[in-house]
Amino acid sequence: MRVNQHPILSFDTKEEITFTFNGKPMKGMMGDTIASALHANGVKKLSESIHLKRPRGFYCAIGNCASCNMIVDGKPNVRTCITPLKEGMRVEFQHGKGHVYET
Amino acid sequence: MERGMYMRHKEAVIIGAGPAGLKAAKSLCEAGASVTIIDRNKDLGGQLTKQTHKFFGSEKQYASVRGIEILKILLNDLLEYGTQCEILNETSVVGLYHDKVIACVKDDKFFKIKAESIIIATGASEKSIPFENNDLPGIYAAGAVQTLMNQYGVKPGDKVLMVGSGNIGLIVSYQLMQAGVEVVKLVEAAPSISGYLVHASKIQRLGVDILTQTSIKRAIGKEQVEKVELWNLDETWQGMEGSEQTLEVDTVCISVGLAPLTELLMQVGAEVMYVRELGGNVPKIDHRYQTTVKGVYACGDVCGIEEASSAMVEGALSGIHAAFDLGYTIDDEKRKVKALKEELKFLRSGPHAAKIRAGYNKLGVMI
Amino acid sequence: MIEKTGIPPREMVKKEFPKDERVLINPKAIIECYKEIPCNPCETSCPFDAIHVGEDINKRPVIDFDKCTGCGICVFNCPGLAISVMQLKEDKALLKIPYEFIPRPQKDALVNVVNRSGEVITVGLVKRVQEGKKQKQTALLHIEIDRDFIYDAITIEVPHGQ
Repeated sequence: MRVNQHPILSFDTKEEITFTFNGKPMKGMMGDTIASALHANGVKKLSESIHLKRPRGFYCAIGNCASCNMIVDGKPNVRTCITPLKEGMRVEFQHGKGHVYET
Repeated sequence: MERGMYMRHKEAVIIGAGPAGLKAAKSLCEAGASVTIIDRNKDLGGQLTKQTHKFFGSEKQYASVRGIEILKILLNDLLEYGTQCEILNETSVVGLYHDKVIACVKDDKFFKIKAESIIIATGASEKSIPFENNDLPGIYAAGAVQTLMNQYGVKPGDKVLMVGSGNIGLIVSYQLMQAGVEVVKLVEAAPSISGYLVHASKIQRLGVDILTQTSIKRAIGKEQVEKVELWNLDETWQGMEGSEQTLEVDTVCISVGLAPLTELLMQVGAEVMYVRELGGNVPKIDHRYQTTVKGVYACGDVCGIEEASSAMVEGALSGIHAAFDLGYTIDDEKRKVKALKEELKFLRSGPHAAKIRAGYNKLGVMI
Repeated sequence: MIEKTGIPPREMVKKEFPKDERVLINPKAIIECYKEIPCNPCETSCPFDAIHVGEDINKRPVIDFDKCTGCGICVFNCPGLAISVMQLKEDKALLKIPYEFIPRPQKDALVNVVNRSGEVITVGLVKRVQEGKKQKQTALLHIEIDRDFIYDAITIEVPHGQ
């Protein structure tokens, strides 16, 4: 699902980043957001609607619509479309609204 | 979340580092003001970060240069000013108060900035339209798909239906093909194409059929889009039973317009007005881009949906006015303002800008 | 028609060509900018002052075929990819088009040439693939076609899902 060659842009082979999605190891690229890395791994369902539990993917990709909110390193409601992917991140599917946490 | 220890004091703060915000920053720096640019993204540039097409306009708005290259020019312009221009990226503004206090969150830390002057250049967000299953994964805003493939190098899917024939819909269709993705059809509910015809011709000759008076009836799929059903619309824009056709696609791009992101303007107490032609709620600005709150300015798409070329000119203008109000003298101010206004006049004088002109007329702003 | 599909009818296309076909013995730019948009790089990029838009950049460009040399500079400067160059060469014609896909076709390759609706109408021969820094990643393809297709040929087929 990665763009391999492009007439205008160059996506040089970048450093790989390892992260987990629901405990499953996955690989992303340096420069990815969490959502772009998941999408490249074929994960399109990022959250679910709060009441009817309908599957949701990202929508706006500018950190505005909340459709891509997930639990990252234990923290709920992370806007995965604008949050850069980092080595070792634990990304989890979020059920419901998320809960208050302490750092 | 940790709390910052103190309130930072800043001279001019720009919220949003897109084409308008970056140009405003340059005007302010040029005048001698110290500037802080806040953006919630890691990379500055707003929509320019993924605009691989060459821009329209004249040389003054970098016509014929690709958006991603224009961004390099704008950032380079700011580098010249060194620490005079502070950049707070990956920073979200979570509150904006009447006394020009800006509440921010960066790296999970909360802090406040007290600004003398604020320029709001938050841009806009893409709208959606109602149809059955319009929330399925695989249904994305067209600009969001442009970000995914052009900024992060990830394809949205293999087969795409594009909904909407505005410039974004037409341009993103072409760019999907450049990324090696098939665009199966483009549908438009209106009786004619709404974007530039040159963009439409460009994708039509590459085999993408444009169907006007056609819309998406529903998406089909369990966990993600597998198929879509299209139908024709009659003169009253109602779907016609019996005209349905099914397409196998794994992605639907929605390009049906944008809405200005005015939440911060409302928080700060600036008056906004609903102007359909400008995309929704827009701030009541005066001819100097000042909102009804003294010292708070707005420019770019947050004032009304237009092309990035106009956003850049508006940004440059609001930066000059903000600098003047801060007490700076600007070399050749009158001539600069006049020249920039002239640029805007031409950008907004064609048939495609009729809506913009009508919108500003409603708002009661001389443009 | 064009407002609904983006396809200009043949009569509309023909109006952008020189009235006298013999003018095309030398290469000439064919500008298909059918609706007013705020844009003028065709005018500012032309080294021969052959294209006029004027102060109001919304006006449609007007070309002076006496001044146009068919150099192709406007072709890769037009943000709308709305300009091509046509030249007659006996029973053949040489078409220069902007091209922004990869892989680029190779010189001497046979390519499917399409019309403005995207239908394959003939096979063309790639005579040259012109690329340069000034072209800003828009290649200029020189395609030889049969003279019969001068009002129909507009670009080459791009394979789906490269």
